[in-house]
Amino acid sequence: MKRRGPAVVVNLLLIIGAVLTAFPLLWMLSVSFMPTGAASSYPPPLLPAEPTLDNYRQLFANHNAGRYMLNSAIVASLATVIALVLNTMAGYAFAKLRFKGRERIFQTLLGALVIPAQVTMIPLFALVKEMGLISTYGGVIVPSLASVFGIFLIRQYALSLPDELLEAARIDGASEGKIFWSLVVPLLQPILVTLAILTFLATWNDFMWPLIVLTDQKLHTLPVALAGLSREHVQDNELMMAGAVITVLPVLALFLALQRYYIAGILAGSVKG
Amino acid sequence: MAAWWFVGPALIVLGVFFFVPVIGALLMSLTDFDLYALSDWRNLRFIGLHNYATLLQDPLFWKSLWNTLYFVVLGVPLSIGASLGAALLVNSKLGRFRSFFRTVYFAPVVTTLVAVAVVWRYIFHTRYGFLNYGLSGLGIDPIDWMGDPHWAMPAIVILAVWKNFGYNMIILLAALQNIPEDLYEAARIDGASGWQVFRHITIPGIAPVLLLVSILTMTGYFQLFAEPYVMTEGGPLQSTLSVLYFMYEEGFKWWSLGRASAVAFLLFVLMFLVTAFQLRLGRQRGDR
Repeated sequence: MKRRGPAVVVNLLLIIGAVLTAFPLLWMLSVSFMPTGAASSYPPPLLPAEPTLDNYRQLFANHNAGRYMLNSAIVASLATVIALVLNTMAGYAFAKLRFKGRERIFQTLLGALVIPAQVTMIPLFALVKEMGLISTYGGVIVPSLASVFGIFLIRQYALSLPDELLEAARIDGASEGKIFWSLVVPLLQPILVTLAILTFLATWNDFMWPLIVLTDQKLHTLPVALAGLSREHVQDNELMMAGAVITVLPVLALFLALQRYYIAGILAGSVKG
Repeated sequence: MAAWWFVGPALIVLGVFFFVPVIGALLMSLTDFDLYALSDWRNLRFIGLHNYATLLQDPLFWKSLWNTLYFVVLGVPLSIGASLGAALLVNSKLGRFRSFFRTVYFAPVVTTLVAVAVVWRYIFHTRYGFLNYGLSGLGIDPIDWMGDPHWAMPAIVILAVWKNFGYNMIILLAALQNIPEDLYEAARIDGASGWQVFRHITIPGIAPVLLLVSILTMTGYFQLFAEPYVMTEGGPLQSTLSVLYFMYEEGFKWWSLGRASAVAFLLFVLMFLVTAFQLRLGRQRGDR
C-alpha cells in the first residue's frame, strides 16, 4: 500500500503556492470593481460589496485610457512585425546561407548579449533626438527592431531545416527570395509565433525607454501613463487597480492563448548560456 | 551575395541602434554632455575621466550602488529558492493538475511590471494593505513597508521574487525532467532517503542550469528601476535608489548625460565582473 502523507503535503503546498501567486492579480481585479474609497477599510474587503464599472468609465472618459491603449497596441504591433521580418531573414541566413565572415559576425553578436540595453540608452536618446524621433512611435520602437536573441532563436530552429530541400528548390531555378518566402517561412512557422509573442509582450511591458523617449503625454504607452497616473493619484486605489487591469489583461490573455510557444522561447533562450 | 540582403537590414539596425550607442556611451562618459550639448554639439567638451572621478566621490552614487547590491544579494537567492521549490513541486509525480499550477506560477512573469508594482504598493499599504492584515493574524504589528527605510527594499524584493520566480521555474523544470529516471530508481533500491536523493542526484543533475539561472537572474536584478520608480520614487531616505534610478535622474532630470553615461558604464563593468567571478566559481566547483 502507498503512503498518502507525502501526496497530501505536495498537493497542499501546490495549492498554497497557487493562492499566494494568484492573489495579487485576483485582488487587483476585485478592487477595480469597487466604488472609490471602498477598499480603504479594515479589514481589507475581498470582494466588492456593490460591484461597479465606474473606475473603468472614469479611466476612459477622464484619463484618456483608450488613447494609451491604442498607443501601446500600435507600438507593440509595429515592433513585432518589423522585428519578425528582420530577425527571421538574418537568423535564416546565419543558419543556411554561406557568406564571408558568417561565423565571426555571429560570435560577435552573441558576445554582445552581455551588454545590458541600459548602457546604450543615453547615447540612443541623443541619436534619436538627432533623427527627430523624440516623442514618436518610431523613436520608441528603434531599440526593438532587431535583436541578437531573436536572430539566435530563428537560427537555432532554421539549422534543422533539411539542406536537400533548399538545394532542390535552387536546382528548380527558384530565387533566394522566393525560397525564403514560400519554402522557409512556412516551415519556420512555430518559431515565428514564439518570436512574435516574445517581442509583443516585451514591447508592451517595456517601461524605461518609453518613459525617456515619449515626452508628449498623448503618445504615452499604458505602463508610462499608469506610472504617471499612480504618482498623481496616490490615494485613488480603486482607479489605479482598474488601470493595472487594462494594462495587464491584454498580455495575460495573449500569453494564456499562446502559452506553449512562449515557454518554448524561454527554453530555447536558456541554452544560449 | 544574396545572403547579405538577408542579414544586412538586421545588422544595420543593430549597428546603428546598439553597437554605435555602446561606443557612444563610452565616449560620452568622457565629456560634459548636457542640455547645451544636446541642442548644439559645439558646446561639447572633452573632460577625460572627470565624470568617473566625481562619481566615485559622490555619496549618493555609492548609496545607489549599495542599495542595488543589497537588492541583488537578498533577491537572487530568494528568487532561485522559490523557483527551485516551485519546480520541484510541479515536477513531483504526487501532484495533481500540474500543468494548471505551472501556468498559475508562471502568470506573474508575463504581467506588466509597472501595473503589478502599483498593485503591490497597495498590498504593502500600512493600514489597508493585505500583507499587514495577514501578518496581524500571526500577531505581528503593522509594518510601514513603503515609509520605513529598513523595510522598503525588502518589500521590493518580495515583489521581485513574486514577479520572477516562474521564469526560472520553467528552466529548472526542464532540467529536472532531463535527469534520467533510472538514477532515482537505483537510489530507491539502495534505500536512499528523500534528502539524500535530493542532495546527491537532483542537485548535481541541475547544477549547471542552476548556475545559469543565477547569473541570468543576477544580471536582471542589477537593472532594478521600475519598482522603485513606481513604488517609492527611490525613497524613503534614498533607501531604494538603485544605480539605474540614479542614472535616470542624472540623465533626464538634471540632464548631465555625460555623467549618466559614466554611471551606465560603471554598472556594466560591475555586472561583467560579478558574472565572470560566478562563472569561474561554478567551473571550479564543476572540476572537483
